[in-house]
Formats: sequence, C-alpha cells, structure tokens
Amino acid sequence: MTEPLLEVRDLTVEFRSGGAWHPAVRNVDLSIAPRETLAVVGESGSGKSVTALAVMGLVPAPAGRIAAGSSIRLSGRELVGLGERELDRVRGDRVAMIFQEPMTALNPTMTVGEQVAESVRAHRGLGAQAARREALRVLDLVKVPSAARRMDDYPHQFSGGMRQRVMIAMALACHPAVLLADEPTTALDVTIQAQVLSLVEDLKREHGLGVLFITHNLGVVALIADRVAVMYAGEVVETAPAAELFETPRHPYTEALLASMPRVDRDVGALEPIQGNVPSIREIGPGCAFAPRCAHAQARCRESRPRLEPEGAARSVRCWLRTASP
Amino acid sequence: MSAKPILSVEGLGKRFEVGGGLLRRPAQVHAVVDASFEVAERACLGLVGESGCGKSTLARCLLRLVEPDEGRIVFEGEDVRSLDGPALRRLRRRMQMVFQDPYASLNPRRTVRQTLAEPLVVHGLATGEAVDARVEAALAEVGLPPDSAPRFPHEFSGGQRQRIGIARALVLEPRFIVADEPVSALDVSVQAQVLKLLEALRERHGLSMLFVSHDLGVVRHVCDRVAVMYLGRVVEEAPVPDIFDRPLHPYTRMLRAASPVPDARARFSLPRVEGEIPSAMDPPGGCAFHPRCPSALARCAKERPALADLRGGHRVACFLHSPEAAP
Repeated sequence: MTEPLLEVRDLTVEFRSGGAWHPAVRNVDLSIAPRETLAVVGESGSGKSVTALAVMGLVPAPAGRIAAGSSIRLSGRELVGLGERELDRVRGDRVAMIFQEPMTALNPTMTVGEQVAESVRAHRGLGAQAARREALRVLDLVKVPSAARRMDDYPHQFSGGMRQRVMIAMALACHPAVLLADEPTTALDVTIQAQVLSLVEDLKREHGLGVLFITHNLGVVALIADRVAVMYAGEVVETAPAAELFETPRHPYTEALLASMPRVDRDVGALEPIQGNVPSIREIGPGCAFAPRCAHAQARCRESRPRLEPEGAARSVRCWLRTASP
Repeated sequence: MSAKPILSVEGLGKRFEVGGGLLRRPAQVHAVVDASFEVAERACLGLVGESGCGKSTLARCLLRLVEPDEGRIVFEGEDVRSLDGPALRRLRRRMQMVFQDPYASLNPRRTVRQTLAEPLVVHGLATGEAVDARVEAALAEVGLPPDSAPRFPHEFSGGQRQRIGIARALVLEPRFIVADEPVSALDVSVQAQVLKLLEALRERHGLSMLFVSHDLGVVRHVCDRVAVMYLGRVVEEAPVPDIFDRPLHPYTRMLRAASPVPDARARFSLPRVEGEIPSAMDPPGGCAFHPRCPSALARCAKERPALADLRGGHRVACFLHSPEAAP
C-alpha cells in the first residue's frame, strides 16, 4: 500500500453551545492515498463539512476547537497545532478546497484571470506576467472554453458549471497534493455535474491528486469514489471500497440510506424511509448515535457506543451487531 | 390516454421581459412556449428539466400564480384563464400548490394553527370550532402530533416543515396538487418519508398531481407519466417506463445517462456531455438542443421538429423519431 497523503486520526471537533462544548465530529479516522478519491457521504449534520474544515485549519475559533489528541497528517507532517502562518503555507500549497457555491467563493469585483493569478502569486511568488500565463494554463487545463478571452470576464458572466471550473483552476494552480471538494456539484444541473465530475477524475489521474469528496448523494459516490466513508451524527460508521459498499452495506444506516433512495435505473417498489431525524449534536446519548432510528437496535446499542472495528482488510464498521460477541 | 383528463393544457406560453432601461428595449425570454399536455384523473405527471427550462413557470401558470400570455388551461371542464375574482379563488381551492423550500414558504411569525386556518377562513369553509377540528385533522393526516398547532415553523425540522406545507394544501380538500420540487431541500432519509406521505395522500383522496422535479429518480418513483422540458418547450412526453427505459429524445437520453445511480458498476460510465445549457434569452434556432446533440442532422439547425405522437401516448419532438423522419 502506498503511503497516505492525508491521514486523519482520532479527530474530534467541538463547538460551544449554551456554555458547554459539544462534539460535532467524534474520533474520525480517514486516510487518502495518491490517485485516490475518498468519498465522505452523510446527511446534513453528519459532520462531513466540519471534518474538511478541520483539515484546512479553518475551524472557526473561539466558537469551535479541535480537541486534544486529534491528529491530521499531510504527507507525514502534523497540522494540528500549527500556527496561522505555517497553516497559510500548507493551505493552497499542499491542500486546496472547493466549495458548493462558487459564486460566494469568488470575488465579484475581480476578473476570473486576476483571481487565479492572485493565488499563483501569493503561493508561488511569480511575477504578474508569469502569474497571468500560469492562470491561463490552468484555466485551459480545467477546460474553460476560449480561456484566453474569457479570463478577462467577471464571475457573474460565467455559468455555475464554469465558475466551479474556475474554482478548481484556482485550487490546482498551486499544485496541491490533496483536493478537498465539499459538495462541489450539488448546485449544478446533472449534465453539468457529469462534466465537473469527469474533470475531477481526469485531474486526479493525471496529477496524482488525493481527493476528499464530500457529498450527500450516494449516486455521485458511485460515480467517483474509490473508497467511501459513511458519516452519521459526527462519526464514521462505515468505510469500504466503493464497489463493496453498494454490494454489501454493513452498517444499518448505510443499508437504510440505500433502501430509502428512489432510483432512476429501476423501479424500487416501496421506499423504506428512516424514521425520525438526524439528532443535533447536543442530544446524542451514551450509546450508538443511530440507535434511536435503527430498526435492529438492541438494549446494548442504547447503552454503550460501539467502536469502528476493522472487517477484513479493507473495511470497517461501527455497529454492535457486526462486532463479534465479547 | 383513456382516462378522462382532469387538466388539459394547450399551447400555453409565457414570456418575461428582462433588463431594459430608459432608452434600451428590454429583452424577451420565452420561459414557456407552446406547452400542451393532459393530466388524467388520479394520475401524476412529472415535469423534468434543468434549471431555467421553464418547468416552475409552467407549474405556476396552471394556478395563475404567474399569468400566462397565451394558450388554454381547462381544469375540470372550466376555462382557467377566463376566471376572475371569486371564481378564481374557487379554482384555487381545488388546485393547491406545495413549494420547494419549506423554510421560505411558511410565515415565520404565524403558528401552524394560524397557517392552516387561514385558507379555511379565506375560502369560508369553516368557522369557530370547526376550524380547529379541520386543522387537527390535517395535522393528523400528514403525521404531525396535535400539539404542533400552537408552535412556530422554526421549531420544526425541514421534513416536518414540508409536512406543514402539505397540510396547508390539503386542508382545503383539493382535487389537484401542483408540487414544485417538494423534496429537493430535504435529506435523503427524510425525503423518503415525505414521498411516502404524498403517495398515501394521493391514494386516500384520489388526488391528481403535477410533480416538478430535477431529480429523475424521484420522478420515476412518484409519477405515471413524464414531460421533459428544454429551453421552454416540452421535447418528450411519455409513460414512466418509456421515458426511463426507452427514452427517444437525445436530450432525455443525456439527462437519463447523467443521473447518478447508487451502483458502483456505474463508475465512470459518465457520459461525455457536450456544452452547457444555452441562455433562454437567445435560444438556438431550429431544434434548441441541436448544438449539444450528438446525433444532430443538418436539418435540425434550420427547422424545429413538432411534438409528434408516435405510439402508445409517446410524444417526442425530434427529427430522428418523427413519423416523416425517413431521410
């Protein structure tokens, strides 16, 4: 196995609410190898975006903090505890992030070319001319049509799909090792989504990127993921190679999610909704976070919290029902 | 279609004016052009397409929340465009709308009870204690506890708010529901709850429905027939199995192929989708889809194919499939 580019161990991120700290992300372990896409899938409140923000060193203080004992290693270097200046060098240089709504992430008063060039100048110390050439090169790379002309346009003159390409160009301009993508296609139409997903896939292969792809859409997961981590209420509840996850989901939550999805490729008969709602981070009990909604929950599930246990070489699951009897 | 239609629409069109100023003529956007379809009694017609295709405008035209510019809408034998005042209000009692965003479509300062009681009072359907009884019945029907009535929208989750939105539509005992992306803002696990609820209500009340969505998976599950829109026009309309398993229009095929499926065997079967959706302010001539179409003929750039009825109620606007298409 290749050395992971990104390795997250025992990550816990807490937020202060009503005078007490509540964990939004609990004991998360993740790793990404070069040329690998790890999809983190979960519903709102699952902690998937907070996990990505923690990797970027963007947990907002003082309302939030990374708990002691958490570790985030990028190419072997520990990021937790780094100062703001050092983090600044890591962000953009080694790890870059793209977001769901590119319009809010782009500056409306600067041309697209200037914005890409700015990130190149800031991180790679190029002069104005060289930065502009580099901006054009990456805009071509992400297949913005007639990039030489369009780089002088403003973001509002771009469509949603093209804005997302610009975001990806900015992310790539500094040759990051890891790309964090937080629901980058959720606001796009499906035909445009297909284009952006193909682009991310091509870039991953050609540049050896590791991609952490956050999504709520299991269909998107199936299209792009090599491995999948399913999150629920701040925890990873299951990890598996993508093919195995869809073939044989092991956690009751994964199973229930798949059974609750209407599908375009076949008639599913009756949908089986998951009862209840995702719990808020303030109301998680001592047991398994999914127990209150789980059709198979037993007494022990409500009393104590299962660990994420390995299952074979490539999978792991956090469920008492899947753990061998003590 | 053998069953009697509850709603029939013919040649419906809606234009919007965009931009313009003191000395500049505003541009015209043809949001809906020449839309014709029927919805059979107790049936559900899905309306799909990408953003800007005109599906929401078309849905709003049916209730005249947006005033159509041309065409005919006949609902239960009544010409909808000729109604006004009290007659229009009576129409809207029988035809209700459920909106996408349960956060934006409920008044945050009103309790659930006030929200549900208002339509009853406006339509003069109940007074005093009868209002409470009907509010309670509507809440029970959408699976909300009776103690929801005195609470405010912010006290509910997204799924519960959408249930309130549905209860507001149901309280008038309509015959027809226009649902505009009713589950798009919801999490997957909650989405299934709301879809099941809509299914049960349709069954119980014999409702007919127009269901607008960009999610083909949801449409396959909910609807009987589907109309596909592209740049303001219906380009294909057919029963659900035909649209999903035997789509004819190249745009429908592209949409179908680009819709993700939770199956790892689908990996990198990503279709090579060409181009972006053109601006509705300046749609391409001929068939509006021809610049993105992998099988476009020379003719497609010059002439526009009409929506032609092939067989078994499968309609498609494409020269590749027109009866007279043989070159």
